[in-house]
Amino acid sequence: MGSILLISQTALELGFQYALVAMALFLSYRILDIADLTTDGSFVLGAAVSVTVTAAGHPVLAIPAAMLAGVCAGFVTAFLQTRMGVPSILAGIITNTGLYTVNLMAMGWKSSASLMKKETVFTLAKGLFPGVPFWGQWYELILSAAVTLLAGVLLYLFLGTRLGLSIRATGDNRDMVRASSVNPTFTITVGLCLANALTALSGGVVGQYQRTVDMGSGTGIVVIGLACLIIGETVVGRRGMGRGVIAVVVGSIIYRFIYAIVFYTKVVPVDCLKLLTAAVVALAIAAPTIKAGAGLQKRKLAAGRKGGR
Amino acid sequence: MLRIENISKTFNPGTVNEKTALNHLSLHLQPGDFASIIGSNGAGKSTLLNAIAGGFTVDAGAIILDGSDITFTPDHRRSVVIGRLFQDPLRGTAPSMTIEENLALAYLRSTEEKTHPFSRIRRKDKEFFAEKLKLLGMGLEDRMRQPVGLLSGGQRQALTLLMATLVTPKLLLLDEHTAALDPGTAEKVLELTRTIVAEHRITCLMVTHNMKQALELGSRTLMMAEGNIVLDVSGQERAGMTVDDLLRRFRAGTGHDLDNDRILLSD
Repeated sequence: MGSILLISQTALELGFQYALVAMALFLSYRILDIADLTTDGSFVLGAAVSVTVTAAGHPVLAIPAAMLAGVCAGFVTAFLQTRMGVPSILAGIITNTGLYTVNLMAMGWKSSASLMKKETVFTLAKGLFPGVPFWGQWYELILSAAVTLLAGVLLYLFLGTRLGLSIRATGDNRDMVRASSVNPTFTITVGLCLANALTALSGGVVGQYQRTVDMGSGTGIVVIGLACLIIGETVVGRRGMGRGVIAVVVGSIIYRFIYAIVFYTKVVPVDCLKLLTAAVVALAIAAPTIKAGAGLQKRKLAAGRKGGR
Repeated sequence: MLRIENISKTFNPGTVNEKTALNHLSLHLQPGDFASIIGSNGAGKSTLLNAIAGGFTVDAGAIILDGSDITFTPDHRRSVVIGRLFQDPLRGTAPSMTIEENLALAYLRSTEEKTHPFSRIRRKDKEFFAEKLKLLGMGLEDRMRQPVGLLSGGQRQALTLLMATLVTPKLLLLDEHTAALDPGTAEKVLELTRTIVAEHRITCLMVTHNMKQALELGSRTLMMAEGNIVLDVSGQERAGMTVDDLLRRFRAGTGHDLDNDRILLSD
């Protein structure tokens, strides 16, 4: 019984932390309609910067530093696709490849870095209310939830501002954005910088939580983020910005619970999870096409029975 | 208001697809002019509108709007003073955003009220939008929180017209903006165009394939062929003109019949 509680607690913690990646994809993929492949590299970048700055004794400063690094990564991708004419997917891949070296650099030219007994934002939070019962058990969850919910509320409020509306319209109808005297180059740049700041924030929080970062920790995170987005939208629905922001958090938590179940029950080997996730995401995105194809086949069959061709 | 001096544009120069779309074209519009353009397929009508709106920069010549040279101004800057409607009613609005959000975006062109990028839509703005929507007579003022994607083509085009003129533009470009609508809706959108343009005395350039419309609506009729304006009638001369007269004048001016499948098929 106690272990189930612990497993659920960890799943919730990770769910909130990784929800920021899904939130970033909600902004870049769902709203701007750009598949931003910078995400994998940005996540590691955020974690690397966060761990390095924390190791230097500044755990709180490490969080905005990680986000700022993410903004820079997003800016490079946006610059390549809006000013240099690089196709958007390729722009992300190019930045992502370059980030590999940048990430190594941020970790002091090592493929991993860790925080031994350093103070992190989590240990700082633990010391905040030492007398409060249960705090010592729940502070990690409460801090993770607070960061993600704060980011979610701010993102929701931002999407209702004039700049936020312009960004939403950019993914919807670029001609119309130009006709409203707004430069789509600007809105795409702001959107991608913001999305990568969220991804790096996720990396930054996870890095301090796990007290370690390694080069491989970002691999496939973009697909996992998309899976969370799709799961969340299936459960919560898609209409409206508020619902979208809630959906990514719910989706991320569900994903981490599925992960925990697989991890502890071993219904499938844990190493198979990435393949499963990839298949689920591919199927979910292909669903409209598959449905249309199935409809056509049905009509063909029906026509065949009536003697038509 | 609008002075176009000797502009030219050649697409795909040096290839087999080379096409001179605008050929040393000049045009002057006075403030409050409402000119309609008709012409053969590929005469350069839409290209002319696109050149004015800034879809591309012209190879030669100059475009001057209200005294300022906009020849090299990017399209999103020109849109502060130029409103535009396309034939496709889906091109002017963002489908997943609500009516009110679409109007708020169009309102960004307002220069009088300096708007902060982080400001939100205020109650005052909403009341202003509702008041404007009422003028369309389509009941859209009661549906302001619905996504635009739920509206019909005619409703979307009417909304686009409202958005293009929400902040009065110096110039309104209409590119066959009623051609894709059913006759009843087209008539209604045209009527709205007439009212709004007259009310604000907006200088307007309209491409149409309807000869009767080209003679009835506005104050000037232009005909284009091979990237230039071959006929420009207004005032007394235009007042007594029939469609047949117009076709005769076109033949006299260009040496061949007007070749536009849609014009011939429409009444």
